[in-house]
Amino acid sequence: MRSGIPLWAILAKDLRAYYLKPPNISWGLLFPLLWAGMFFIRSGSGMESIPELLPGVIAVSILFGTTSLLSVTVTFEKKGRSFERLLLAPIRLELLMLAKTAGAILFGIANALLPMAIAAFVADLSGIRWGILAAAIVLIAVASTFLGLFIAVSVSEVFEAQTFSNFFRFPMLFLCGLFFPISVLPLWLRPVSYALPLTYGADLLHEAVQGTGVLPLPLDFGVLLVFCALLFGISLLGVRRRWIT
Amino acid sequence: MGLPADGSAPIVIAVRDLAKRFGEVRAVDGVTFSVARGELFGFLGPNGAGKTTTMNMLIGLARPGSGSIEIGGIDCTRDPKPVQHLMGIVPDESNLYPELTGFGNLCFCGALYGMGRRDREARARELLALFGLAEAGERKLGGYSKGMKRRLTIAAGIIHAPPILFLDEPTTGIDVASARQIRQLIADLSAQGTTVFLTTHYIEEAERLCRRIAFIVRGRIVRIDTVANLLDRVRDRYIMEFALSAPGAGLCEAVTARFPHLRCYAAAGNRIRVESAEPVRVGPVLRLVEESGGEVLEARRITPSLEEVFVEITGIESEAMRHEKERNGRGGGE
Repeated sequence: MRSGIPLWAILAKDLRAYYLKPPNISWGLLFPLLWAGMFFIRSGSGMESIPELLPGVIAVSILFGTTSLLSVTVTFEKKGRSFERLLLAPIRLELLMLAKTAGAILFGIANALLPMAIAAFVADLSGIRWGILAAAIVLIAVASTFLGLFIAVSVSEVFEAQTFSNFFRFPMLFLCGLFFPISVLPLWLRPVSYALPLTYGADLLHEAVQGTGVLPLPLDFGVLLVFCALLFGISLLGVRRRWIT
Repeated sequence: MGLPADGSAPIVIAVRDLAKRFGEVRAVDGVTFSVARGELFGFLGPNGAGKTTTMNMLIGLARPGSGSIEIGGIDCTRDPKPVQHLMGIVPDESNLYPELTGFGNLCFCGALYGMGRRDREARARELLALFGLAEAGERKLGGYSKGMKRRLTIAAGIIHAPPILFLDEPTTGIDVASARQIRQLIADLSAQGTTVFLTTHYIEEAERLCRRIAFIVRGRIVRIDTVANLLDRVRDRYIMEFALSAPGAGLCEAVTARFPHLRCYAAAGNRIRVESAEPVRVGPVLRLVEESGGEVLEARRITPSLEEVFVEITGIESEAMRHEKERNGRGGGE
């Protein structure tokens, strides 16, 4: 069997059925813009503060664009039993889940490109290290998507997927060093920060946009890769244990 | 392929000592059977008997606790993936995508089995026409009636022309015309050489369609035989059915106490059935009913069918089984 056909079919179906739907596109566009506007007004600075805001807006766009959408769509399909159809197809579970998550990863990356495109018009982005930025965006999108998959496997109801997503996302957002440096957090909270994947993604974004990363680049990339592998592995285990009873 | 069961066709499904527990409950308990290529095999039992659990283990949605499964000659007890391309699966409820059209659903299912675009589109159109859904093909599944969804789910199960088809309660909860059409389609598929594994609680459906039947009760197979052999058990029986004006509580006990050569059991509604190896004399039974304060509205002779075999072997009233199933609303969940 040509395995490319089912994998592409799953990705194309998800893009059409979920990610390219007007409500999701508008959510993907509006949410990061609102966040950017809020921090822009809060900072009280001029256009020169845009590069400072960019890492946070990119991270928020990816995180919110991927986790809840993936966890909700997978939970929805599981609840409606259409996910069974995928489990019964002659496709290895690893490949199936990669195809299932690919749409959310692409959606997350697309969400990150929008604030960058706007920033390119209003600020000087010549100092950006594009290679690091691209790798950071892809890795954050993959880690956030796999977090969404982990959430989907852990819950049974769609509303639980939303609630559980926020349980992870909001603390992560404020503890990862995007908006407040980890050094200003109370000592007892810092280990929590370093246990979050977005901390390493945020550090990469800071380094790529402003050159202000604090951790060595190999450590950031390495830890993010480990998080991706762990979240994906645990999710696969969850699918095997909970959905193939 | 395994060895032929009766020398006529190779075995394509071989199940040995299959067992599955859910906590303390033995859902499936030492089930052994085989299905030959091209056979239409019925798996019959009441709600909660273990039909769906057994089927889920065969198709890869549940892990066996113990025992072995061989499909198409390949041991797939631990890993069903190598044989899933051989299977078409029709679950007890539609598991298609409500946001896709009928045509889109069939094409997507074809793609899951590696069918190229041209092939799956042609096959989808062919199946939509065959199942009387050609005009609804471009409508979203969400707008389909229950019968239409059922037909489309079966079409999706055979989009890749699988040699083995698993059908879980294919006619439960749909209108008579759709059920009749689906039975005809199943018979046609079998005639064309598809091996069909059918779970059902409709005894008459199993009798009409299947060559062999397994009765499963509380996770154990209590009998496997050809329909012809099973019917031989009751061919010479005489059965009278009495319709009563009110529920005949304790009436059967009274009948068997007075006439020990008769077997009496309750049937659907306010009915009892009296069975004997000799012609049943209606008069004495009528008098006994009237003595007990009952009133007989109608008495008629019943031609023995698989239903009587089922009742005799399992001790479960087939009507009770049907009503329980329909009350529960959905077919599976065992």
